[in-house]
Amino acid sequence: MTQATMTKTKVDNGVNVEALIGARGALEEAPAAAQFKWRTSCHWVNGTHSRSTISGFFGLGEEQSRQRTFTIDADHPEVFAAEDNAPTPAELALTGLASCLMGGVAAVAQHRGIQLYSVHATVEGDMDLQGILGIDDDVRNGFGTIRVTFDVDADASADEIRALVAQSQKRSAIFDCITNPTNVVVDVV
Amino acid sequence: MNKTTTVIIGAGQSGLAMSQQLTQRSIDHVLLERGDIANSWRTERWDSLRLLTPNWQSRLPGFRYDGPDPDGYMDMPEVIRFLDGYGRHVQAPVETHTSVEAVRRTDSGYRVETDRGTWLCRTLVAASGACNIAGVPKIADQVPHGIDCITPMQYRNPGQLADGRVLVVGASATGMQLAREIRQSGRDVILAAGEHVRVPRVYRGRDIKWWMDRCGLLDLRYDEVDDIRRARRVPSLQLAGTHDRADLDINALAETGIEVVGRLAGARDNTLLFSGALGNICALADLKMNRLLDTIDAWIEDNGMTGEVDAKHRFDPTRIAASPRLEIDLASSGIKSIVWATGYRPDHSWLDVPVFDRKGRIVHDGGVTGSPGLYVMGLPFLRRRKSSLIDGAADDARDLADHLQAFLADRSLAA
Repeated sequence: MTQATMTKTKVDNGVNVEALIGARGALEEAPAAAQFKWRTSCHWVNGTHSRSTISGFFGLGEEQSRQRTFTIDADHPEVFAAEDNAPTPAELALTGLASCLMGGVAAVAQHRGIQLYSVHATVEGDMDLQGILGIDDDVRNGFGTIRVTFDVDADASADEIRALVAQSQKRSAIFDCITNPTNVVVDVV
Repeated sequence: MNKTTTVIIGAGQSGLAMSQQLTQRSIDHVLLERGDIANSWRTERWDSLRLLTPNWQSRLPGFRYDGPDPDGYMDMPEVIRFLDGYGRHVQAPVETHTSVEAVRRTDSGYRVETDRGTWLCRTLVAASGACNIAGVPKIADQVPHGIDCITPMQYRNPGQLADGRVLVVGASATGMQLAREIRQSGRDVILAAGEHVRVPRVYRGRDIKWWMDRCGLLDLRYDEVDDIRRARRVPSLQLAGTHDRADLDINALAETGIEVVGRLAGARDNTLLFSGALGNICALADLKMNRLLDTIDAWIEDNGMTGEVDAKHRFDPTRIAASPRLEIDLASSGIKSIVWATGYRPDHSWLDVPVFDRKGRIVHDGGVTGSPGLYVMGLPFLRRRKSSLIDGAADDARDLADHLQAFLADRSLAA
């Protein structure tokens, strides 16, 4: 129960835990600064091919700009009679989940003084196309079940590794988005 | 106008233990109690409730259980008798049926307005309990008419509930116990389980509380914990004080036919939505339980007890459905009642002194507030992991009485 949570200095997963803990303390004192807005803007290219650009966000009380603008394309494969220029939005959603959990594993491992050697996650989501194609109203559009499988090589026991992955889920934004309902407001201007 | 050195608000285990400590120090005081001694235990608990701690663990300064069944669990009449007996034993100066309406600072201490007069005091101890208000989530506002909503403060027994299916929200000690007895009454029960703390009732032949006591886990101090704010929010252990000492975990409830779903996460129209994270919630609880058992095993080894107790073992992981239900339509599901077992919080609304954080919780350092001479007792992990147990009152009362006595001495010198 009193599991050691001190950061051992020799452990380096490339995560600056001290900075994160400092930020946590600062934001606890100033909850207004903790209000963030993440943004992406998506532009239709052709067919089901689209291109999203990602740059600024809002946080710490003001607009934040970055050095770079990122672009992410999405499309559909040829079996959907599309050109397969890029991954599907569904695959990007799974990617978001995987990346979010991955970042969490690294941060929690650093905080718990666990050196990681390799971490690999595979994600698979079941989807019944009878939903999005409108064939069966009882079938939802989204994923039925999503399975994530982690393969972790680290300086830790099997249970400590399980606890890392569990804690990462507990503190993951995208895991929360996918497992819990979210109000989505779509407007047309 | 009445005057005393210290006013203690509440005559439960915390207030009575503090009274004993102040009497020992010859500090003049009074306890103001809205009802009778042990009022919350008398009036705000369900019929079948028994303490989660064994009888031997009902220990107060200068007083302890000495009956024939040290390993049993007191029912509410027994708890009331125990605390009444303690009140007499320490001759606690209790003003019963006296409701505190407001406490304000004065130049020399505090002014306490009650429905039976005003008290002036130099120091004040808020010992009015940790479980005065049943917390109910905002989603409750969206429950349609025709479905009865009840909190554990109002619940007494399953006979109060309409015939039909029942949704119990919350999987800590209260939710688990109520789900089980409502199921035993013959009703269909769905249990929405968020974060919870799974422990076995008995491990290696001894009560889990015996091990936690022996290993020093209950004595862990608030200033030794990594993250005390999180420690203070840890939900109650999934335990019940039943004669058969049966475990009260999700596996046990599922075996009785209770359907277990994820945390109640939202509502849309007539549909309640449950989190899809049940698997992880259960994995976290299983891992945490196993870390506790590891600690106990190590303690047994270190203390050479291996030969005296049952063999080390582990419990089955929590089993959940392959695809737990994610939503339920209240109109068609047959749900007639919802039990909100979603936690308790203290009621300090009478305290008109700026010692609260932005979420309305008292800010304190081990029970010592920022307002000179104002103390609080009996809250979760106030000074120790056991602070909210009957068994926690003794050490906390001693520490805080020491502080209070030193404070009075300082003030006397200054004056």
